[in-house]
Amino acid sequence: MPETPAAALGYRRLMLGLLLAPALLWLLALIILPHLDLALLSFRERVAPREYVASLAHYRTFFGEPLYWHVFVRTAMLSALATALTLLVAFPIAWTIAKLARGRTSALLFVVCLIPFWVSETVRTLGWMILLRESGVLPALLVHLGLTAQPVELLYHDATILVGLVYTSLLFMVVPLVGSLESLDNALIEAAYDLGGKGWSILRTIVIPHAAPGITAGSIVVFMLTLGNYLTPTLLGGKNSQWFTEQIYTQFITRFNWEQGAAFGFLLLALSTAMVWLGLKVSGQRFSDVMRRA
Amino acid sequence: MIPTLPRPAWLRAATAFYVGAFLMFLFVPLGVVAVFAFNDAPYPAPPWHGFTLDWFLGNEAAGRIGLFRDSELLGSIWTSSVVALWVTALSVAVGTANAFLMEREQFPGKGTVSMLMLTPLVIPGVILGISILAFASRVADLWSELFGGEADFLRPGLPLVVLGQFSYIAAIATLTISARLKRFDRTLEDAALNLGASHAAVLWTITLPYLRPALIGSAAIAFLMSFENFNTTLMLVGTDSPLTIMMYGRMREGASPVLNAVSLFLMVASAAIAVTLIRRRRSPGS
Repeated sequence: MPETPAAALGYRRLMLGLLLAPALLWLLALIILPHLDLALLSFRERVAPREYVASLAHYRTFFGEPLYWHVFVRTAMLSALATALTLLVAFPIAWTIAKLARGRTSALLFVVCLIPFWVSETVRTLGWMILLRESGVLPALLVHLGLTAQPVELLYHDATILVGLVYTSLLFMVVPLVGSLESLDNALIEAAYDLGGKGWSILRTIVIPHAAPGITAGSIVVFMLTLGNYLTPTLLGGKNSQWFTEQIYTQFITRFNWEQGAAFGFLLLALSTAMVWLGLKVSGQRFSDVMRRA
Repeated sequence: MIPTLPRPAWLRAATAFYVGAFLMFLFVPLGVVAVFAFNDAPYPAPPWHGFTLDWFLGNEAAGRIGLFRDSELLGSIWTSSVVALWVTALSVAVGTANAFLMEREQFPGKGTVSMLMLTPLVIPGVILGISILAFASRVADLWSELFGGEADFLRPGLPLVVLGQFSYIAAIATLTISARLKRFDRTLEDAALNLGASHAAVLWTITLPYLRPALIGSAAIAFLMSFENFNTTLMLVGTDSPLTIMMYGRMREGASPVLNAVSLFLMVASAAIAVTLIRRRRSPGS
């Protein structure tokens, strides 16, 4: 234990230094510098072996080649759609857990909803493939029920990708929704009802404004995870998936065109960041609060 | 809408139906994975051909290589475990240091650092992967120029996979441990110090035992997230494939019930971790 004030100050300085070192090392070496490097990489062009000049060529390629930006826009649209669908599917369950079920039933239902997400995404996707492929369970069931004459291929459609994405995202929506709905005082709903409010207007004027932080937190996380997903679109969508992360992989790993891959990566990062920022702006929330909630 | 208000019968029925349908949606995919691990047929598809354990125990003689004889799959489970242990140890250690830094210390630029610590959670995993890959290979090139020789650990391979996963799992560990440290009653530490305990003794006998549930919880989450990580790993992997990458490769090649067997094994393992965690949380004194 330090005796003199000077020694005590030295001790505190040492502690601060020891605690700061791992944090700074982590943030600098694995987050900040790699992203700066990625930015540099995306803004240079190879003119001769080992010779580079600053240029916007890789961004021009993106906007000049319809395939690339079509895939980009498509990924963004499908991600937004998947986020909206996840919210629609998750909301009634979150409501049931937070408001309708009581005590043990509520806790049990909550835990049961979390279970599938302890299992790897690979396994969950495998399940959907076994269910949906032409020789799979669901097409066989449809034939058995006489709904289709032949087994139909249910894999490799956009709808399949959406089902997989919604499935894989549910947890990240249900948890923040339950959190924000639980804090809603039932007395408010009762008061609204006594004053003649109907289900829909109560939902619109009381429940949704109160749950807005949870809805935002869930939507931001789901959108971001969906946009950056690779496994689900490539396996459930097959050759038709056309997901932007696939383009990044192709440039980086298959073609070894790191400059182009870096430019694609930055565009994806920009979109993801823009949506997070927009979500926070629209709902008037702070980044740190949202992340803690999620 | 809520139990204290009158709810028409159709609404009650609709709610029950929805919950049922939702649970089916959640569990049918997992159910079929488990069931077809035992189907006596070379493809995980209907119809049912009878029960077999070939996909776990089968060897060359049976014409089917089961999970426990498939050295490639077993090797990748081992690789994943080693990676996950490293990521867990690093994340919990750095997460704990970060929690003390953010909850106990004051320094200029604290707000910026606090925000930076959350950014890995909003960067898509694929991008974390490529940025670390590009930066590591730049450092490796620099290394060769300055010192000669090859910095192999900075080329795609398991050390980079560990770093890549750690880069965002550390953020999760930081959040979990900080949340618990924030609720700690500091007068307990002051009391111990007044009674003559050293700083180290206070940390070891009071603060860390209090943090234990958060440390164990974040370790379990870190292990699981590392084991299941796909996006970041895909970009950084070298010749040794962790399990998710190996499974992905095989799923693209075609279906085999061995994958169902390994999936079932994973489900049982995750369930075991989950149950242990929940038990710990319920038992008194933890």
